[in-house]
Amino acid sequence: MLESCADPSGLEGLSWLLCYLTTGKHIAFYASFGTVALLLAITAPLALSFGFAGAAAARSRFLPVSLIGKTYTSIVRGVPDIAFFLFFVIALDQAFEFVRHKVKCPDWPDAIRQGNDFVVCDAAKLPLSSSPQWVHETYGFMLAVLTFAIVFGAFAANVLYGAMKAVPRAQIETAEAYGMSHAQAFWRILVPQMWVYALPGLGNLWMILIKATPLLFLLGVEDIVYWARELGGTKQARFTDFPHGNWLVYYFGALLVFYLFVTWGSEKVLARVMRRLSHGQATAGGEALRRAGA
Amino acid sequence: MNKLILTTAALALATGAALAESHGSVVRMGTEGAYAPWNYLDDNGDVAGFERDLGDELCKRAELTCQWVTNDWDSIIPNLVSGNYDTIIAGMSITDERDAVIDFTQPYTPPDPSCYLALSADVDVTSSMIAGQTSTIQAAFVAESGAMLVEFATPEETIGAVRAGEADAVLADCSYLEPIAAEGELVMLERKEMIGGGVGMGLRESDGELKAMFDAAIQSMKDDGSLNALIEKWEVASTF
Repeated sequence: MLESCADPSGLEGLSWLLCYLTTGKHIAFYASFGTVALLLAITAPLALSFGFAGAAAARSRFLPVSLIGKTYTSIVRGVPDIAFFLFFVIALDQAFEFVRHKVKCPDWPDAIRQGNDFVVCDAAKLPLSSSPQWVHETYGFMLAVLTFAIVFGAFAANVLYGAMKAVPRAQIETAEAYGMSHAQAFWRILVPQMWVYALPGLGNLWMILIKATPLLFLLGVEDIVYWARELGGTKQARFTDFPHGNWLVYYFGALLVFYLFVTWGSEKVLARVMRRLSHGQATAGGEALRRAGA
Repeated sequence: MNKLILTTAALALATGAALAESHGSVVRMGTEGAYAPWNYLDDNGDVAGFERDLGDELCKRAELTCQWVTNDWDSIIPNLVSGNYDTIIAGMSITDERDAVIDFTQPYTPPDPSCYLALSADVDVTSSMIAGQTSTIQAAFVAESGAMLVEFATPEETIGAVRAGEADAVLADCSYLEPIAAEGELVMLERKEMIGGGVGMGLRESDGELKAMFDAAIQSMKDDGSLNALIEKWEVASTF
C-alpha cells in the first residue's frame, strides 16, 4: 500500500482511485488473473492427454480397455459440472486421505466414517492442518486442475475419438499395405492426420474452459470472478476505508474486456494452427492451401 | 539419481513427521467472508468483523492457534464434515436440520428476529416476492410462509435483487440489513420474524473435545461480559 494512502478519507479524484486500486484486496484480484492463467496453462495439456488416452482406449480392440475408455467419457460427460465440482472433489480428497490413513496410521482404533463425519488421523490429513495457508491453497489448486482435466478430458476424448474415425480408412489401409504394424499406422498415419478434424472441437472446449474458472471457488480457490464480485459489491463506510455503491458493473465490465481479449487471441492462434495442420491434407482447407500455393 | 530420489524422500518423510508432531494446536476456522458486520473481508483481503474478533479471542482463551479460511456458503457444511477445516464460524443459526448433521457450541449471540428490507414501506410480505440467501433460516422460513421465494447464493445479491425490483423485499438478519438501510434508498419494514435459535459455532459431531474447549471459552466470555462488549461494538445482535 502506498504511504499517501494511510488516510483515504481526505483523498479525492485520481489520488483516491489510485489508493483504492492498490488495496491488498485489489492486489489479490490482480494476482488471481495469474492463478487463472496458470490453471489454464496446466489444465489444457493435461486435459488433452486425458482425452488422448481416453480416445485411444475407446478405440482399442481389447474389449475391457475399450469399455474403460467409453465408460469414462460417457459418465463424466453425463454428470453436471456443478455436481462434479461439489462432490467429486470432496470424494477425491477423501480418497487420498483414506489411502494415507491406511498407510500412516494402521493402528487407528476409531472408524473413519462416523455418521456424517470423515475422520482420519492427523498425520493422514492432506494437507496437514498445521501447514501454512499457501500449502492448503496449492493443494486446492491441484485438486482443481485434476478435476478440470478429468472433466474436460472426457469431452476432449469424445472429440478426438470422432477425429480418429474421420481420418479416411484408405490411409490406414495404405499404411498396412506398406507393412506397418497396427501401432505404427496409428502413430505415424492416424495421429498426425486426425488433428485437423479435432481442432474445431478442441477449440470450442478451450473457450469453455476459459470461462469455467469461476467453478474454482467451489474448491476454495479465489479466481477473478470471485474477486470481481467481492470488490464490486456495495461497501459501507463502517467496514472499509473506501466506501462505494454497487460497482459490480465496472468490475464485470473489466472481466468482459478480459474475456473478449482472451477469446480474440485464442481465435487468432487457433486459425494459425488450423492453417498449419491443413497443409497437405485431403480436406477442403488443405485443397484451398494447395491451390493458393500453386 | 537414485540417491537423490532417496534423499528427497527421506527429507519429505522427516518434515512430514515434524509437522505431524506440531499438530493438535492449529484449528482452521471456516467462514464466508461476505456477511458484514458478522464476517467480511477488509481492504487487505483478510477476514474481519465480529466473528473474527470473537474467534481470535476464543482461540486465545482456549490456547489454540487458529487460522482463518473462507469458503462458499453453499458448500460450507460438506467441507467441514470432510475435514477441510475444523469449525464454522459464519453467523450460522442453530437449527434442528443443521444440528442433525453437525454439532453446535452454545450460542454466542441470543436468538434475534430477522428483518425485512424493501423498496417501499407498504410491501405486504405475505403475498410478495421475497429474496433470501440459499440454505439460510430466512429462506426456509419464506418457503414455508406462503410468500414467493427467490434464492441467491450471496447476501449481496439478495440486496441487489430488491434494488433492481426483482424481489419486493429481502429477509435477513437485522444486523446485516441495518447498515444498508442506514444509507437510505431501501427501508426497513416494521414487521419482524422470530426465527432461529441463536448463532453458534459449528463443529464435526466427532470433535467433542474441540467443542468442549470452545464451549468453555464462550462461557468465560459470557461470564466476564467481554462477549456483550463485542456484540455491542459490532452491533450484531442483542446482548445476553
